[in-house]
Amino acid sequence: MANRFRGGVHPDDSKSTSTHVISRLEPAENLILSLSQHIGAPSRPEVSVGDRVLKYELIASPGGFVSMALHAPTSGTVRAIEPSPHPSGRFITAIIIEPDGLDEAIDLTDRADPELTGGPEAWKAIIRDSGIVGMGGAAFPTHVKLSPPEDKPIDLIVANGVECEPYLTADHRLMLESPDEILGGLLLAMEIVGAKKAVVGIEANKPDAAEVMSRSDLPEGVSVQVLPVMYPQGAEKQLIQALTGREVPTGGLPMDVGVVVQNVGTLAAINQAVRAGRPMIERVMTLGGPLPRGPGNYLVWIGTPLSHVVEQSGGLTGPAARLINGGPMMGQALAGLDSPVTKGTSGLLAFGPGDLRPLKQRACIRCGSCVKVCPASLLPHTLGNMVEFQLFDQLREFNINDCIECGSCAYVCPADRNMVQFIRQGKGELLAMAGK
Amino acid sequence: MTMSTVLAPSPHVRSSVTIETAMYGVLIALLPGALVGAYYFGLNALKVMAVSIIACLIFEGLVLKIRGRDMSPLKDGSAVLTGLLLAMNLPSNIPWWMVVIGSLVAIGIGKQVYGGLGYNPFNPALVARVFLLISFPVAMTSWPVPKPLSFSLDTVTGATPLGEMKTSLLMAGNVGAAANMNLVDPLIGNMGGSLGEVGALALALGGIYLLARKIITWHIPVSFLFTVFGMTGVYWLINPERYAPPTFHIVTGGLMLGAFFMATDYVTSPITTKGMIIFGIGCGAITVFIRLFGGYPEGVSFAILLMNAATPIIDRYTRPRVFGYPTRKEART
Repeated sequence: MANRFRGGVHPDDSKSTSTHVISRLEPAENLILSLSQHIGAPSRPEVSVGDRVLKYELIASPGGFVSMALHAPTSGTVRAIEPSPHPSGRFITAIIIEPDGLDEAIDLTDRADPELTGGPEAWKAIIRDSGIVGMGGAAFPTHVKLSPPEDKPIDLIVANGVECEPYLTADHRLMLESPDEILGGLLLAMEIVGAKKAVVGIEANKPDAAEVMSRSDLPEGVSVQVLPVMYPQGAEKQLIQALTGREVPTGGLPMDVGVVVQNVGTLAAINQAVRAGRPMIERVMTLGGPLPRGPGNYLVWIGTPLSHVVEQSGGLTGPAARLINGGPMMGQALAGLDSPVTKGTSGLLAFGPGDLRPLKQRACIRCGSCVKVCPASLLPHTLGNMVEFQLFDQLREFNINDCIECGSCAYVCPADRNMVQFIRQGKGELLAMAGK
Repeated sequence: MTMSTVLAPSPHVRSSVTIETAMYGVLIALLPGALVGAYYFGLNALKVMAVSIIACLIFEGLVLKIRGRDMSPLKDGSAVLTGLLLAMNLPSNIPWWMVVIGSLVAIGIGKQVYGGLGYNPFNPALVARVFLLISFPVAMTSWPVPKPLSFSLDTVTGATPLGEMKTSLLMAGNVGAAANMNLVDPLIGNMGGSLGEVGALALALGGIYLLARKIITWHIPVSFLFTVFGMTGVYWLINPERYAPPTFHIVTGGLMLGAFFMATDYVTSPITTKGMIIFGIGCGAITVFIRLFGGYPEGVSFAILLMNAATPIIDRYTRPRVFGYPTRKEART
């Protein structure tokens, strides 16, 4: 192993669902298709209340270049277009579809390019029109990532199969169960950006996935690299550093060092879109944590209420004290299960009252643990103290905007300081100061 | 199902390491050294340790009450640790009321006036030790002669090896017999000195425990000890008549206690590894200068306190290169 990313932590990975085969749940009675489930401008509705829609039909188009198309996951009726629960905790406009149970689909043959004769521009258009966004969590529109400017040549595609967040196993299962889809998408991505090489990064706690992916018939230029387990290796910049030693410059993007990173789930979605013409209407998510009666990896329609996922899988064994959308390190706490599965929902975790250590925030004792684990080589304790004492004007000098909010500093902090909270607040203060 | 969930910021899982882990870890690591002190200095040593720990806890509670804070810091182990460290830096026959004054200085002036644990710029136990040394120079430099398992409170006092050497240097112009003493005695603790600084082996054992549990890193103790060894070694090679061998300097005085337990205090030492090495070298160099050329025979406390003062500036100039920024070499080209 030539390279390693700097810092990082090693939380207990708790990936007991890694042996649970991906399965489907009974369809939900209504689907909440948010117009903002990606980074960028909200999507624009193309249907009206009362319309009947068919499976795969376009229901909202991109509201800009960095935006996303949205498709009906099944056939049914548009019941409402109104502010609805969203994982962010806010109410955001969504198209509510009541499925009719027929699952009647539109003809996809016109959209598909099964023989791969269209070429990069046509494939990029299909990806854009299929509403594909990064499925690792950030939900950045994929066609934008696959459109680097002319002066940024790409030599390497990284397939991100790291899944370094504890509890999450959706990508792990996908690599075991659909390696062809992932490799198909990887080859398409290489063609689109003109990269000659690709590497699949997988952590050593998924040896079976690494074995399945490192097949003898791997195309030329494609390799699989097993990485030592360390959070946050799945973060783009850290993964690039671990695999290639290249450092994405501050404020820059992976394309600045000739790399495009795609999550394995996203690659599978690219393959389905281009070869079969299927837009992104569903995704695999992990239901985990100590409370669910039916933990596992579920293939669910986008828009399925989280409450439905929980109920259909058997419910919870007791009242939840913490619900997390995503992984425990970077995921967001939810106030309830009203919000839906979005294209970026990698998992839902439920913890009971005694499952998470109670925190007691105290003054920084300058132990230096946060400095040791910070993958960006920042001084997290200094940033936290500056925000606590409202010394906002010094935050920029201490590079607060280079923080990726991975939470490693807070994870190790013996004084239980909410470092990520401080840093987000500090970034917000800087933005507010710049806006004045 | 109605639920009341907590909307806490990420990360939602935390390591099990807390402030208490570190504080009680250091206390455990101090036990061998404290036991050696009790073995050679008997009941007196136990009395000083007990008075110091209890007084520190009482003053911590009092100041917290005056400041209108809750009493939970009493349980974090830091006041107990300050109490034990202060005791280990005192001669075993020091009057109890001086120990009480020292505890008040450590907790009140060394720690709480700045806002409590985490905010103090200087090591509280060392602030108190130096305060007592300047205020009560006689009591603070009357060193009981070690007497194994003695439960008598009467003691005979003598000099420390470093003190003997300094005297010989002043009177006879050479380091004398003390400097070339059998090193087994200081290693096992059979020498004059503060009740917790004798017994270099026991202290080093505690230091290794701290390293093994990753409560401290090697950077400060190793750079501190190496600097003292290297510098005293050079002087000894130049003139063994006037300078004691480096092995003597390593095992005598408060060096082991200082290098492993005082200089490594999180709050008052640099936060980056590069800074820690600079800090350790600084501590070592100042210690050597005081021991070889200063008025005091021993300089570990002063050295650490002076470097405590330099910690903010060391931190400022040893910031790591942030991810994605050019290295210094790249910036130049």
